Amino acid sequence: MSDKPKGDQPASDRKWKYIGTRPIRHDGLDKVTGRAQFGADYALPGMLWGKVLRSPHAHARIRGIDVSAALALDGVKAVITGRDFPDVASEAAEGGEGANDFGDLAMNVIAREKALYHGHAVAAVAATTAKIAEEACKRIVVDYEVLKPVLSLDAALAANAPILHESARATGHEPLPKGPSNVASRREMGRGDIAKGFSDADVVVEREFRTPMVHQGYIEPHAVLARTGQDGRSVVWCCTQGAFMVRAYSAKVLGLSTDMIKVIPTEIGGGFGGKTTVYGEPLAILLSRKAGRPVKFVMSREEVFRASGPTSGTHIRVKMGATRDGKLTAAEAVLYYEAGAFKGSPVGAAMMTVFAPYKLANVRIEGWDVVLNKPKVAAYRAPGAPMAALVVETVMDELAEKLGLDPIDLRLENAVHEGVQATYGPKFRAIGFVETLRAAKSHPHYKAPLGVNQGRGVACGFWFNAGMSSSANVSINEDGSAVVVTGNPDIGGSRASLALMAAEELGIPVENVRPVVADTEAIGYTDLTGGSRVTFATGMAVIEAARDVVRQLRARAAQIWSVELDAVAWEDGRALLLSEAPGVHEPLSLAQLAGRAAQTGGPLVGRAALNARGAGPGFATHLCDVEVDRETGAVTVLRYTAVQDAGKAIHPSYVEGQYQGGVAQGIGWALNEEYIFDENGAMENAGFLDYRMPVASDLPMIDTVIVEVPNPMHPYGVRGVGETPIVPPLAAVANAVQRAARVKLSELPISPPRLLEAIDRAV
Amino acid sequence: MKIHVHTRVNGEATEFLCAPDRSLLEILRDELQLTGTKEGCSTGDCGACSVMLDGRLVCSCLVLAPEVEGRSIETIEGVAKGDQIHVLQRKFLEHAALQCGICTPGFIIAAKALLERNPDPSEEETRYWLAGNLCRCTGYDKIIHAVLDAAADLRGETR
Amino acid sequence: MEEVRYESPTTIARAAQLLAEPGARVLAGGTDLIVQMRTGRKTPSVFVDVKRIPELAGIRLDAKALWLGAAVPAALVVENAEVNRLFPGLVEAVDLIGSTQIQGRASVGGNLCNSSPAADTVPALIAIGAVCLIAGPKGERRVPVESFNSAPGKNVLAAGELLVGFEIPRPAARTADAYLRFIPRTEMDIAVVGAGVSVTLDASGVCTHARVALGAVAPTAILVPAAVAALVGSRGEEAALARAAAASSEAARPIDDKRGTIVYRRKVSGVLTKRAAAAAFERARGARRG
Repeated sequence: MSDKPKGDQPASDRKWKYIGTRPIRHDGLDKVTGRAQFGADYALPGMLWGKVLRSPHAHARIRGIDVSAALALDGVKAVITGRDFPDVASEAAEGGEGANDFGDLAMNVIAREKALYHGHAVAAVAATTAKIAEEACKRIVVDYEVLKPVLSLDAALAANAPILHESARATGHEPLPKGPSNVASRREMGRGDIAKGFSDADVVVEREFRTPMVHQGYIEPHAVLARTGQDGRSVVWCCTQGAFMVRAYSAKVLGLSTDMIKVIPTEIGGGFGGKTTVYGEPLAILLSRKAGRPVKFVMSREEVFRASGPTSGTHIRVKMGATRDGKLTAAEAVLYYEAGAFKGSPVGAAMMTVFAPYKLANVRIEGWDVVLNKPKVAAYRAPGAPMAALVVETVMDELAEKLGLDPIDLRLENAVHEGVQATYGPKFRAIGFVETLRAAKSHPHYKAPLGVNQGRGVACGFWFNAGMSSSANVSINEDGSAVVVTGNPDIGGSRASLALMAAEELGIPVENVRPVVADTEAIGYTDLTGGSRVTFATGMAVIEAARDVVRQLRARAAQIWSVELDAVAWEDGRALLLSEAPGVHEPLSLAQLAGRAAQTGGPLVGRAALNARGAGPGFATHLCDVEVDRETGAVTVLRYTAVQDAGKAIHPSYVEGQYQGGVAQGIGWALNEEYIFDENGAMENAGFLDYRMPVASDLPMIDTVIVEVPNPMHPYGVRGVGETPIVPPLAAVANAVQRAARVKLSELPISPPRLLEAIDRAV
Repeated sequence: MKIHVHTRVNGEATEFLCAPDRSLLEILRDELQLTGTKEGCSTGDCGACSVMLDGRLVCSCLVLAPEVEGRSIETIEGVAKGDQIHVLQRKFLEHAALQCGICTPGFIIAAKALLERNPDPSEEETRYWLAGNLCRCTGYDKIIHAVLDAAADLRGETR
Repeated sequence: MEEVRYESPTTIARAAQLLAEPGARVLAGGTDLIVQMRTGRKTPSVFVDVKRIPELAGIRLDAKALWLGAAVPAALVVENAEVNRLFPGLVEAVDLIGSTQIQGRASVGGNLCNSSPAADTVPALIAIGAVCLIAGPKGERRVPVESFNSAPGKNVLAAGELLVGFEIPRPAARTADAYLRFIPRTEMDIAVVGAGVSVTLDASGVCTHARVALGAVAPTAILVPAAVAALVGSRGEEAALARAAAASSEAARPIDDKRGTIVYRRKVSGVLTKRAAAAAFERARGARRG
C-alpha cells in the first residue's frame, strides 16, 4: 500500500462498497415532511415585502419615472429605479453558465434608458405588506416613448428593423452587418472541404426547423430575502444554483465589494439553468439598504415566465450527405438563436454540439446570436444543444430512410469514439457513445411491435459537461462520523452522491456522513451547480478532501504505533499495520482514531480546493414510441427508453432520475411548450395553464439504461449526467411522430393543430 | 377589517386574523409559519399548495382564508405522526421520488388523499389523480412507483 | 386601498341582498374568481360565499327531475351514483373541470356563471336540457342553460340575482348523453373544442330525439340543430355520424387564439361530435330505463 491507497486504481477495476448503492438521501426526510426551507420559506422580524414594477411595453424609451405618489403611500419604506444603481461597464461575467456580460446583466436587473421586453423591471418597492407594495407600484408613473418591438428572428434581421441597442456592433466573422443591427455576433467554424464532401455523397438531406422560446419551468419561483446592517453588509437568503455567483453578480450590479455580501443558499426548488443568474437579488439588497429593514421578494409565476430566463427560440438549417453504404461525407449547419433583449444566446454551445456525435471530415457551421424584444435567455439544461440535435437527428433519420438503413446502424457507422477528433476540436478520450447505441439496439423496446398510427423514433445527443472550481471539507466528528461541507446547492440529490464518495474513501456507512451545503463565508469558492458538474467536479474535491483526512488518520495511527506512515494502510474504515502480523497491533477504527484526535494532534479535517479538468462528455441514445390521432393531431407517448453513459453511477436512482426528468422536459418541448406573444410582445400564456408542461397523465414510465464507460479523468470514472438527457428527446419524439403520421415536420411544438395541418397537407 | 377565524389545523384548534381576500395558503405560510405547503403558481395549476380541507383535496391558494371558519385542515406537517413517518413519505424516500423536493409535500398530500379513497389504484388512475401536481424534475416515473408501492404496502402486499 | 368584505349568507334572500351591492361577487368554489382577483381581472369588494345556503349545496332526485345545486363541488357530482347512472355525459364533463384539487372546490354553477365559451359543463348541460333556476330581488325565474350566457364573460344575471341550481329532466327511456372535449394535454387544459350529445332511441334503436351542443367554438356554447337533424332517424351509423360531424364543423364559429386555430377548431368540432354521438348511441342502446 502506498500513500494513496486505492486511489490510483482504474475506476473500472475497483471493488465498490458504497458507490452504486441507493441510500436514502440525507435531506430527504426534511423534504417529505415539509421541514426543508426553500427560498420563499424564510422570514425575519421587521421584514418588508418587495414588489417589482415591470414594463408593459416590449420596447420603449423611458423618458422619466415619478415615484413620489408611491413614496407617499403609508407603509412604503423604499422605492428604487435604474437611477439608484451604478453604471456597470461591459465585461464578460465569469462563473455563471452561458455567455453573460455584467453591463447587460445590470440593465436586465433593472431597466435604465430603455425597457427591452414586456416584463422588464423598471422600479421596485419595499413596503410593510405585499398589498401595499403592489399598490405603490401602481402609483409609480413612468413616461414611456413606445417603440416598435422586434419579435422574431426574421423581423430582427430585416433591413429596416428597429434596433434594440443603437451603440452595439456585431462581432465575429465577416460578413457582418455594418453599423447598428440586432446581430450580436456571427461566427463560423468548420474543417475540410464542404463542397467536395457533398459531391462525394450519394444522398444529401437538408432540413430546417423553427423552435419557439421555452422556459425551464422549475416549480419554485425565484425568491430572495435580504437584510442589510448599519455597516452596509448584507446577508442574502435565496434559492439559487450558485451562492458565490449571486454574491459576485450582485456585488457587480450594485458596485459593492464582494465581502459586503454574504449569500446563504436555501433549498432550491428546481433551476435547470434558470437560477444561474440574478434577478431580484440586487433589488432586494438595495431596497434593504435603503429601508434599513429586511426585504423579501418572491416572484409570481407570471413574473417567472415574463421576466426570468427562458431559452432561445431558433431557426436552424442542417444539410448532411452520406454515401450509399451510410458513411457521412459532409455536414453543414446554419443556426440562428434568439438571445432575448441582451446578447448571449447559447448558439456557441449549439455550434460545438451540433455535429459532435459524428465522425465528419468536412463540416461548416455558422451561428448567429440575435437580440430581440423578449426576455433575456438564461441557461437551460444543455443550453443550445437540444434544438440543434433536433435538426441533425431528423436529418439522420431521413438519411437512414433514404438509404434503407436501420437508424441505429447509420449512427453506429458514424459514431465518434475514443481517439476521434471532435467537430468542436479536441480528441475524445474514452467515451460511451457506441455503447449507448448498442444497448439501445439490443433493448427489447427496439424490437417491440408497433400498431396502427404508431411510430418509433431514435435520436442521439451529446453534452460536454463542465469541471470548474470546487472546494470541499471533510471533517471527522469525535465519534468517527463525518461531515462533508461543499458549496453547491443540492438541486437533485447531490448531497447523497457527495456523501457516498466520502463514505467510500473513509470506509464508513454513508448514513454516518452528513453532507452540508455551506454559505459563501463557510466554504471556499465554488462555482455554481450547473454544467452537470457537481458529482463530477465537487465530487472530485470531496474525494480529495476525504483522502486528505485519510492520510491524516493513517498518520495518527502511525504515531500511535510508532511506525512509518507507509506502514499504515486504510481499509474498510480502519487503519491497518501492513508490515507486522495481525494481532501485534489491532487495527484502529475511525471511531477509535477520532476519539484520540486531541491527544494525537488535534481535529481531523481534510480539505480540497481544485479546478476540475477533464469533464467527460456524455452521450445518450433515446427510443420513443408514439401514437398519432389522425383526426385531431394528438400525440400520445406510448413508451420511452433513455440510454446514457454515466461513466460511473454514484447513486443510480438519481442518475435514472436525471434521465427521466430530462426526457420529460424534452417531451414537453417537443409537443406543447412554447412562449406565445401577442403583436405587442406580451406573453399570452404566462402561467402553467397555458404554458403546457407535461402532467403525470401525459407520460408513460420512462425506462432507463445506465451505460458505464468510466471517465478516465475522474478518480471514480464519473461523467456529468444532468444535461445530456434533454438533448435527444426533441428529435426522438419528432422522428417517432414523422414515422407514425407519415409527415415531415419543420416546427416545434408539434401541437395538435400543427400536426393535423401537416397530416392534411400530406394526404 | 380583519376577520377572526377559528379552525383546526392538523388536529389542533387554531385561530388567526386575516384580511378577507387572503388565501388559505398565505395564512398557512405567512401567519401560521407552516411553510411546508409550497407556492408554485397561486392559480391552482401546480398543486404545490395542496392541503386537505374537511377531508377534500384542494389547492390552498384557491381557498379564501375566511372560508375555513369551523373547518379542519391537514397540511404536510400533519402527515407524519410523532416519530412515525407515513408510508408514502417512506416510499418517496426509498424510490428517490423527489429531486428538488419543492413539489413533494403537495404530491404526498394528494397521493394520501388518493389512497384513502382507493387502496388499489391502477397506474392510470394514479397518473390522472395526480395530474394537478406538477413536477419538473422527475418525469413522474419514480413518483408513480412510490405511490403504487405505498398502496401495496398499505394493503399488506409486497411488490 | 379599498376594503374588501367576506360574507357567508345562509339564505337566498340575504345573498340576493348582498349581491345587489356594487362590486359584490358570488364565491362558490373560487377556482375562477380567486384566480381572476389575483391577476387583477376582477376586483371584488364583497365576496358572497354561497356554499352555506342549503338550496345551492345539494343534489336531489325526484320522479321528474334531478336538482343540482349551483355550488355543489364537482367531486360530489362525480361521486354521485344516481347522476352517473342518468347522466354519464354530464359526469364526464364535470370530471373534466380541472385537477383533483379543483374538483374538490369548483362547482357546475360556477362553471356556467364564469361565462367562458370553453366551459366543459355547459355543452353537456345543454345537451340534456338543463334549466337554470335564478333567484333575485324580483323572485325566481327559469332560463334554459343555452340562453344563460350572452357573450364571453357575460350572462343574464342582473344585480342581486344568483344562480340557485339546475333542474335537469329525468331522461326518457333509451336516452343517454356523452361529452368529449379536446385538449392538447391529457389534463389541466381549457377545452379547445367541447361537444355534448344526448340521444333518445326508440325500441328498434332509431334515434327519435337528440341534442348536440358545442363549446369553445363561438362566443357562447351553441346548439347545433343541423347535427340533430342528421342524427334523428338514424341508428348512429357511420354516414349519419359523418353528416352530424359536417354539420358541427359548419356551425362552429371559432376564433384563432393561443389554444387553437379556426381551421383546427372547425375540424375537431366535427370529430368530437361524431365520437360523442357514437358514445351516446352506444350508451342509449344499453340503457334500459330512464
